[in-house]
Amino acid sequence: MHSLEIAVGATIVGLLIGTWGAYGKLYGGPVVRDLFAVYTTVVRAVPELVLILLLYYAGTDLINQVLAAMGYQRVDISGLVAGIAVLGFVQGAYSTEVIRGAILAIPQGQIEAARAFGMSPGLLLRRITLPAMLPFAIPGLANLWLIATKDTALLAVVGFFELTLATRQAAGVTKAYLVFFLAAGVLYLCVTLVSNFLLGRAEKWARRGMPSIKEAR
Amino acid sequence: MSAVGVAAVPSGEAQESAAEAIHVENLHKKFGQLHVLKGVSLSARDGEVIAIIGGSGSGKSTLLRCINCLENPTSGIIRVNGEEIKLKADSHGHTVPADRRQIERIRSKLGMVFQNFNLWSHMTLIENVIEVPVHVLGVKRDEAVAQAEKLLVRVGLAEKRDVYPAYLSGGQQQRAAIARALAINPRVMLFDEPTSALDPELVGEVLKVIGDLAGEGRTMVLVTHEMKFAREVATHVVYLYNGLVEEEGPPEQIFDAPKSERLKQFIRNIG
Ligand SMILES: Nc1ncnc2c1ncn2[C@@H]1O[C@H](COP(=O)(O)OP(=O)(O)OP(=O)(O)O)[C@@H](O)[C@H]1O
Ligand SMILES: [Mg+2]
Repeated sequence: MHSLEIAVGATIVGLLIGTWGAYGKLYGGPVVRDLFAVYTTVVRAVPELVLILLLYYAGTDLINQVLAAMGYQRVDISGLVAGIAVLGFVQGAYSTEVIRGAILAIPQGQIEAARAFGMSPGLLLRRITLPAMLPFAIPGLANLWLIATKDTALLAVVGFFELTLATRQAAGVTKAYLVFFLAAGVLYLCVTLVSNFLLGRAEKWARRGMPSIKEAR
Repeated sequence: MSAVGVAAVPSGEAQESAAEAIHVENLHKKFGQLHVLKGVSLSARDGEVIAIIGGSGSGKSTLLRCINCLENPTSGIIRVNGEEIKLKADSHGHTVPADRRQIERIRSKLGMVFQNFNLWSHMTLIENVIEVPVHVLGVKRDEAVAQAEKLLVRVGLAEKRDVYPAYLSGGQQQRAAIARALAINPRVMLFDEPTSALDPELVGEVLKVIGDLAGEGRTMVLVTHEMKFAREVATHVVYLYNGLVEEEGPPEQIFDAPKSERLKQFIRNIG
């Protein structure tokens, strides 16, 4: 039952790539911008299943070839690490766009004020840009997280023993298809419900400086 | 400040001995083809209040923003605190700061107040005020908080310390922004039209705070459309027209005996 671990890992990897990607796309030089443009376009254009197969087999093969060329032993890359890397890479492309949009939504004056008071770029990112973009990014990132929990099921094609594959095998052995798939469905639903609750709290916290919009109806 | 009788005395003579906090010499700024500043010079000695006036688009904001390199000047010399800002040409031929650290150090001595306040919306007022002392200047947190509380008292916002900016009026936000700028104990305060985004009835409370600062002898460079206020607080007025200093001098001379035809017309229109 590593589905959740993979989803969490992939989301974290995705957020890191996404933050770099958004920064690169917004503030990078022409080469950096083009590289990220290719990355986000390709990853979002190719069906996820294909990407997973491609990255998993091509990726592990590439690593092993490099290792062999350098005179090392072949390694067996654990399904968990591979799954996190592959899904994280996919998540990164979508996160890049969500975070880029959120940074653009920050009133630019706040970033300018930070610069005017002598903040270094790293400090500005940590103290101003990230917290200020969060309220605009959370809804989009929440979507990505929920998609990640379900994308773990796709990893079954590379033989990863996650929830859906486990269910299929258990159901196949016992022939109690309905029971097992219902149980799996309930598990996914529980993850979603808990996530919704936590993300709701997070969004409320991130919006702490913003008046409720209900009054502005 | 200066009495009416000294109106004819050339600017700054009384303070000639005071150190020069800001020195701008032959500053040019182009936005692409648009030549916005065409060789502006400006000087602010300790204790001086320099008011920059001029029509819309004359380059007042650009001049102020060049002083702390929020805009990179195209050419010219800028000295803050006696230290010249090092500039270099980048690969595209644009002038950029040569030393990021130097710019950051210089910026942390200049307290900027913006037209639109630009308080950080995810922080309460007290958090806004301690942010730069704690994270840029390395002041201890409890010291910074104690100092910030005093500043909030000064600008009349003590009871709003834990409120987020979005819940405050424009005048309150601008006063908080002034407290934020004061918290770095700046060598010079820079104001870019601090009251022009405010409702008329809120302008007075902000001008009072700025006026008090001037009265204490704080060095300030102030871009403003409030001519009456400029006349009261400024020690020196600079009239900018079309990217050049058209006329400058003590407020009495600028407002009561302008020489330039354009300045005469400007004062007639605005007053
Ligand atoms: N980032 C920019 N890119 C291109 N042009 C700019 C930029 N900033 C300002 N300008 C132009 O430079 C000129 C001077 O602008 P500036 O903001 O300095 O005027 P100002 O004197 O402050 O006017 P106002 O009283 O309306 O604030 C204007 O023509 C403006 O359009
Ligand atoms: Mg302006």
